[in-house]
Amino acid sequence: MLVDWFTVGAQLLNFLILVWLMKRFLYQPVLHAIDERERRIAAELADADARKAEALRRSEELQRKTADLDQRRDALLAQAVTQAQTERQRLLDEARAATTDWSNQRRDALRSQERDLRAEIRRRTQQEVWAVARKTLADLADSSLEDRLAETFLDRLGRLSDDAKRSLAEALQHGSDPALVRSAFELAPDRRAAIQRAVEQTVSGKVRLRFETVPELISGIELVANGQKLAWTVGDYLTSLASAADDLLVPAGAAKDAASGVEGA
Amino acid sequence: MHLSPDEVVFWRYGWLTINATIAYTWALMALLAVGSLLITRNLSTGIERSRWQNFLEIVVSGIVKQIEEVGLRRPRAYLGFLGTLFLFIAAANLCTVIPGYEPPTGSLSTTLALALCVFVAVPLFGIEEQGLRGYLRSYLEPTVIMLPFNVISELSRTLALAVRLFGNMMSGAMILAILLTITPFLFPIVMTLLGLLTGMVQAYIFSILAAVYIAAATQVSEPKLAPHPEAEP
Repeated sequence: MLVDWFTVGAQLLNFLILVWLMKRFLYQPVLHAIDERERRIAAELADADARKAEALRRSEELQRKTADLDQRRDALLAQAVTQAQTERQRLLDEARAATTDWSNQRRDALRSQERDLRAEIRRRTQQEVWAVARKTLADLADSSLEDRLAETFLDRLGRLSDDAKRSLAEALQHGSDPALVRSAFELAPDRRAAIQRAVEQTVSGKVRLRFETVPELISGIELVANGQKLAWTVGDYLTSLASAADDLLVPAGAAKDAASGVEGA
Repeated sequence: MHLSPDEVVFWRYGWLTINATIAYTWALMALLAVGSLLITRNLSTGIERSRWQNFLEIVVSGIVKQIEEVGLRRPRAYLGFLGTLFLFIAAANLCTVIPGYEPPTGSLSTTLALALCVFVAVPLFGIEEQGLRGYLRSYLEPTVIMLPFNVISELSRTLALAVRLFGNMMSGAMILAILLTITPFLFPIVMTLLGLLTGMVQAYIFSILAAVYIAAATQVSEPKLAPHPEAEP
């Protein structure tokens, strides 16, 4: 007989035991390991996805920050350029103003020098003229220049108009102080007496005179009484001479001004 | 010459008999259990794992995939039964390369025992899946007239399972024995190799048929609603 029923039963039991053994020692551990691995891989993938998303987010943030920085840099650069231009303009303006000031100062200094020069020329001219006139008069006549000046003054006094004489007389008589006679040189006593006489004769009355020497008058005599003044000096001629010299100097001065203006620019 | 390893008796005490079938079955059980125990003792859950673990994972996941492809929705619930069927038959048949070994599957008692296991397991899984009433109703499908034919079909396929495996394995062993007497060299080796292939095919066929029967019992009302993907053009 091919079928042994005891063996069938035994094999049935054996198979059931084997099923249990396989479940216990093979399927459960292996499936558990597979599941665990899949879970771990899934977790790692999820983690990788999360990291990728995080990296992407950071990358975008970085790009945005970079763009912001670029924008801010450009803005700062533009601001710096504007400030530099403003500063440049301000410095240029300051430089121009300083140049203008310096130019003005230089022009003023030149004008002052010119004035001083003119005064010096005038003074020297007066002195020279005075010296030449003195020498000439001394050579040509026997009287000194002072004598000629005193005579000229007396002559002028004598040729005053009536109105002038009247007003001079009023001034001399109403003044409380003695009338002042100023001369560039010391008058000799006889000259003083001649002038005293001439004045008294002119105003027809007694007059008190006080004599004073003032070198700045430059070869001249003047009578000052209570606001009235009668004078004759070489200074008048010299003033005329100075005007002529000024006329000669003005074109040169104008040319200097123009030159200094070019330098200042 | 034995027609069945049942006839090789090692020990007998009254009706209690330890024959070659039972002894080799125990040896195979020990081999499978101890082998599994040794390999699964230090399983790795990481990416790095041993070759033996890899082998076992391939075997187990392959069986699960096959069960799934048959159409069972919860393959892991049937893995214990169907997987053990396959592994036992495959191991029993592969060991035929060992000289002096008699495959237990070459005994009709063993194949009948396995077929009886399938015969009992199919209705049990069917009842578990769709309830007693639902399972019994499947015998009345498509009409009541089909009830006797369904019952006969159930019995005959169990018998067919048992005889198919027994016939193949017994014939393989018989052919080998006969060839050894006629041409002792070379040709029996080729036949042994062919026998290994046949053994693996039989293990596959037995387990797949069991899976198909279980699938038919558990999903009797579903095919119309959800046809199998492979059936589509």
